[in-house]
Amino acid sequence: MKPRHKRLAFLMAGLVVLAAAAWLVFRALGDNLSYFFSPTEVVEGKAPHNHVFRLGGLVQPGSFRREDQGQEVVARFVVTDNHQSVEVRYAGILPDLFQEGQGVIAQGRMGPDGVFLADEVLAKHDETYMPPEVAEALEEGHRRGIAEMAKGGGK
Amino acid sequence: MIPELGHFALILALVVALVQGVFPLVGAHRGYASWVALARPASRLQFLLLLVSFSCLTWSFLKSDFSVLYVAQNSNTRLPEIFKFSAVWGAHEGSLLLWALILSAWTAAVTLFGRSLSPLMMARVLGVLGLVATGFLAFLTFTSNPFERLVPAAAEGRDLNPLLQDIGLIMHPPMLYMGYVGFAIPFAFAIAAMLGGRLDAAWARWSRPWTQIAWVFLTLGIALGSWWAYYELGWGGWWFWDPVENASFMPWLAGTALMHSLAVTEKRGAFKAWTVLLAIFTFSLSLLGTFLVRSGVLTSVHAFASDPSRGLFILLFLAAVVGSSLALYAARASKVRSRVHFEPVSREAALLLNNVILVVTTVSILLGTLYPLIVDALGGGKISVGPPYFNAVFIPLTTPLVILLGAGTLARWKRDRFADIWAKVRLAFVASLVFGLAFPAVAMGGFSWRAALGMTLAFWVFFTTLKAVRDSARGRGIGGLSLSQWGMALGHLGVGVFIVGVTLTSIYSTEKDVRLEPGDTYELGGYLFHFKGTTHLKGPNYEGDRGEVVVTREGEVVATLYPEKRNYLSGMPMTEAGIDAGLTRDLFVALGEPLGDGAWAVRLYHKPFVRWIWLGALIMALGGVCSALDRRYRVLARRQREALAGGVA
Repeated sequence: MKPRHKRLAFLMAGLVVLAAAAWLVFRALGDNLSYFFSPTEVVEGKAPHNHVFRLGGLVQPGSFRREDQGQEVVARFVVTDNHQSVEVRYAGILPDLFQEGQGVIAQGRMGPDGVFLADEVLAKHDETYMPPEVAEALEEGHRRGIAEMAKGGGK
Repeated sequence: MIPELGHFALILALVVALVQGVFPLVGAHRGYASWVALARPASRLQFLLLLVSFSCLTWSFLKSDFSVLYVAQNSNTRLPEIFKFSAVWGAHEGSLLLWALILSAWTAAVTLFGRSLSPLMMARVLGVLGLVATGFLAFLTFTSNPFERLVPAAAEGRDLNPLLQDIGLIMHPPMLYMGYVGFAIPFAFAIAAMLGGRLDAAWARWSRPWTQIAWVFLTLGIALGSWWAYYELGWGGWWFWDPVENASFMPWLAGTALMHSLAVTEKRGAFKAWTVLLAIFTFSLSLLGTFLVRSGVLTSVHAFASDPSRGLFILLFLAAVVGSSLALYAARASKVRSRVHFEPVSREAALLLNNVILVVTTVSILLGTLYPLIVDALGGGKISVGPPYFNAVFIPLTTPLVILLGAGTLARWKRDRFADIWAKVRLAFVASLVFGLAFPAVAMGGFSWRAALGMTLAFWVFFTTLKAVRDSARGRGIGGLSLSQWGMALGHLGVGVFIVGVTLTSIYSTEKDVRLEPGDTYELGGYLFHFKGTTHLKGPNYEGDRGEVVVTREGEVVATLYPEKRNYLSGMPMTEAGIDAGLTRDLFVALGEPLGDGAWAVRLYHKPFVRWIWLGALIMALGGVCSALDRRYRVLARRQREALAGGVA
């Protein structure tokens, strides 16, 4: 083979690998990104209806209960940002550090009845840790709550 | 007193590292022999000082000296002795001290085993390592001092995170760091060679065993982490594509590419510039890994306390290392162009493609790992990239790599023909297709195309590797193979074993979360799990419940498992799974939560061939050890030593 053809062959092989990788990356990214939404955003209808997303906030104290489903283990609880709240249904064992009043992130999609169907529930990993997304969502919820209270007071 | 001694030793080590980093490099450049001669004693002194510092911290832990903040935060008088010891590297400050200690140990090892290096080369290598050490020791001293006092002293410590109170976690960080830091050695060799203007086969031959040993440690470290996650996190998963896992996996992929390209540089003198770039890339990824873990910028199971100033420091350090190395590379790489020719069908070309695929895979993982950070920084919202992304990218990219592996090991150097290679692999190809298609249906009791693909790839690796061993053994017997050839064969067989494990576990595992009352049973994967109930449990620094689950198959008792739910004194709950391990399947039971009336939510797993994942990693690591011990490295060292001694006389 001539050197020129050889270089061309190597170049083509490299480009093929790169193109394949780029195609894979973009296709996979499109399908597997999940955005974070706070309960307020969900109630306002900003969350997608037919795509997976993550819902985060605090587990509302007193909201946790179990559905009676025989041998199935199904939990229901409410996630709140102290402004709005969304009910969550999860079939399976919750993480060790899941607790009422604590931060939680649930991944899943909205069900037809307005209940969030979680495939995965993440609690914080040690007693001092709060996921940054949740901290931000709570702050935002707090701000909105105060703003609305002020508006209500002005009427 | 002892903590102050440790702190003092740490500061001295920083000063010595600075001396080791500056004087030999300047001396080598300007030709000052006395400055060059500083390199070796400074390196050894730095190691000694860090050893003293580390021992002082260990002593504080063993004596439960809660006047030291770090000890008070991560230990407890009731913590078992062995965990007091491992608690030294249980959190940020101590693990960084371990990082620095390991770097100085690697450096000291270079001064011992590199005696045949020319004094100038040695001075440059040690100088570069000294600069890296200076960065880390400055980071330790100024932002993360492990010896900081707590006034007044705490009466009792907060206890080590229970997740870390485990044998797997005693070994996981040191192994991982040995790997990360080990890649500093080929990096230093590459920089030193560029500074000296000589990139020859001897340089590659020097770097190779060091790279292989670092790679072995990293392989074992990652495997240990995966094994630990499997039995300690209670999820039964072995890999989560968690950002921190990726942080260790990216240097591993780049390091694998580096090992292969070093082989070409050593044997054929080709790929020189590329190998240098890979050495820089690999070490940069190790630093990036440290940054990702330590800065807390990513949410992950390894959530260490986050502190923005620490993250900024490592980011700046990373930028300085990568920036200066690449600048040097840009200035010098044009001079090291290889003038070796090879055809598009040859061992070299196969290894080139191997490198391209490994690097592209690494970059895809890097993209998925950093994407949420980038999007957030650009104000695009909080997103996460899930495991499906990584699987969707990783599997299609590495499948051709595995096919290439089989053909590449049988290809000749320099020039080969497709027809000749095909003649060698024909039998292996047909056999792997037959076995791969038959295995899922016959042995697993259910055909699946994905399983057939995975098993075909695994058999392809086995058969082509055996063929390569047989070909090299022709004429001299199996005992005539060099350790390096055994290393390659074992490394590749390990990949095959790993593929078997991953394929069969992912496709044939069954899992179920169920509510079980004492006396209840549940059937899973042909096994019947009988829940007998729980009893109270009391350990040294925890209390909890212990379940009893008897597993039977066709009426015969297979195993009795005792999963535990512990509540540690620090207030943290822990799940200890009950696992019956086997070569062809694991049975896994974890307690979820009590549901009242003695009933529990219980997680049951049947995981076929899951052990093969870690077994594969072990075999790969063994291959790496064999290669590093190959005779020619020792012969080379002895010959150069003799030549040097002769030259002096």
